[in-house]
Amino acid sequence: MAISLKKNPVDMIFSFITAVASLSVLILIAGILYVLFLESSLAIKKFGVLQFIASTDWDPVKRLFGAATNLYGTAITTMLSLLIAIPVAIGIAIFVTEIAPNFLKGPIGIAIELLAAIPSIIYGMWGLFTLAPIMSNYIEPALKSTIGKLPLISILFAGTPLGIDILTASTILGIMIIPFTASVSRDSFNLTPSVVKESAYALGATKWEVVKSVVLPYSKLGVFGGIVLSLGRALGETMAVAFVLGNNHQITTSLLDAAATITVTLANEFTEADTDIYLSSLFYLALLLFVMSFITLSIAKFFLIRAERKFSR
Amino acid sequence: MNGNIIKIEVKGLNFYYSGGAQGLKDISLSMYQNAVTALIGPSGCGKTTFLRCLNRMHDLYPDNRYEGEIWMDEKNILQRDIDLIELRSRIGMVFQKPTPFPMSIFENIAFGLKLRGIKKKTEIAERVEKALKDAALWDETKDRLHGSALALSGGQQQRLCIARAVAVEPEVVLMDEPCSALDPIATAKIEDLIMKLKKNYTVVIVTHNMQQAARVSDYTAFLYLGAIIEYDLTDKIFTNPTNKHTEDYITGRFG
Repeated sequence: MAISLKKNPVDMIFSFITAVASLSVLILIAGILYVLFLESSLAIKKFGVLQFIASTDWDPVKRLFGAATNLYGTAITTMLSLLIAIPVAIGIAIFVTEIAPNFLKGPIGIAIELLAAIPSIIYGMWGLFTLAPIMSNYIEPALKSTIGKLPLISILFAGTPLGIDILTASTILGIMIIPFTASVSRDSFNLTPSVVKESAYALGATKWEVVKSVVLPYSKLGVFGGIVLSLGRALGETMAVAFVLGNNHQITTSLLDAAATITVTLANEFTEADTDIYLSSLFYLALLLFVMSFITLSIAKFFLIRAERKFSR
Repeated sequence: MNGNIIKIEVKGLNFYYSGGAQGLKDISLSMYQNAVTALIGPSGCGKTTFLRCLNRMHDLYPDNRYEGEIWMDEKNILQRDIDLIELRSRIGMVFQKPTPFPMSIFENIAFGLKLRGIKKKTEIAERVEKALKDAALWDETKDRLHGSALALSGGQQQRLCIARAVAVEPEVVLMDEPCSALDPIATAKIEDLIMKLKKNYTVVIVTHNMQQAARVSDYTAFLYLGAIIEYDLTDKIFTNPTNKHTEDYITGRFG
């Protein structure tokens, strides 16, 4: 029987379909980028790049726009939410991998995944109706009267606690990104070879000592990747923040003030954009967010790939 | 030859894995101080399972169950309320594969010392040096003590693990096929080391290598299907075993 060189036609169709499906993703990304560039070209021409980023203007009447207030709002809520989420998430991951008895591991893992599955609009509603009143009535006054009295730190808690502010928004964001950080950290912890953990236990180490000296050093790359992944999540989150941040274009030192993030501005102002330059500036903001998310996700991937390589050796 | 004082006495030990499978069946034997006891037998016969009973390693995983008694220094270490941290600090362990921690050579050994609450830097440095010398690793590592332990060769890593285990001056050292991942030269070095170690420690070693058991040990136990078939002086086991099974195994006719 002669060896045929031709490929099986069914196989070729199959290869073609999967290739088209994969390529469509690339085409989609290129298309989105193209539209963002096209629509924002007016604003790019008028305001430039560095000038737009540095300008705190956001004045639809005078038609002057700058990204600084939005960038600031995005940066501060993201950082603060990471500060809230990281310790809790790593604590969860340590508990689930090293401490929890078997019968608890499953339920906790499912609970974390459920937390990730809650639509962000529900977080936003919960934030507005439940968390914001709690923040303004109890937590924020308490913070003001305790650490808010310390010099320097008092700047962070200046103003009236209204509950619709940076602190509330960051708390909700923090809760939202806990599952991502926790599940990536858990997976990284599980990569630690059990025989290395055993040899630490065999030396008479306690659980805490094993986690601190063996598990964390082994998995720090993966945990870091998980944190950057969550950072990407927090950067792009819209609905949960839109409800409780107040959409106020200002750079404020107080965490009890309202602010605006890129996403919140986009969600709130597209319907109000009555001039071409206003609309174009909003697209320009979207482009900046796209670039920021792309960079953070690339960094996360870089660390996660390095973490995996370390163990496949 | 040493070995008149009983260091560990096992009485009627049964061990059950979490699924209920019985890993060890009614094991009784005495291990002598300053002697090397070898555990031999075909794969799956319970050698490692037995070894891991001695420092209660099985407790790391849920639902494993022991029955019987293991006496060490007039204490039954299978008792429920035994302090496992303290027990494991008195019984060191070396694993089948080298298990260096992801830190420097120095820190690997200092790790155990710090766990014992030793804080003085000079004392830690002295004991690290002594441990490395005891493990015949000092000359190769003295210029790179603060380099990563992961950069050492397999044989060096395994000697580092032995150094780490003896640095804290345990009373008993458990070795689970310590040479199985090593080449013959590295193996010879570790065997030398084991024979030196028994001056200060009681050693229990699991091995698949008959020659190794004959070379390094004073006593040998032959296990099969979770039970001890024969336990005696190594010379006796290898020259004149009483049990047909033992003879078949050590001569390579079965297993």
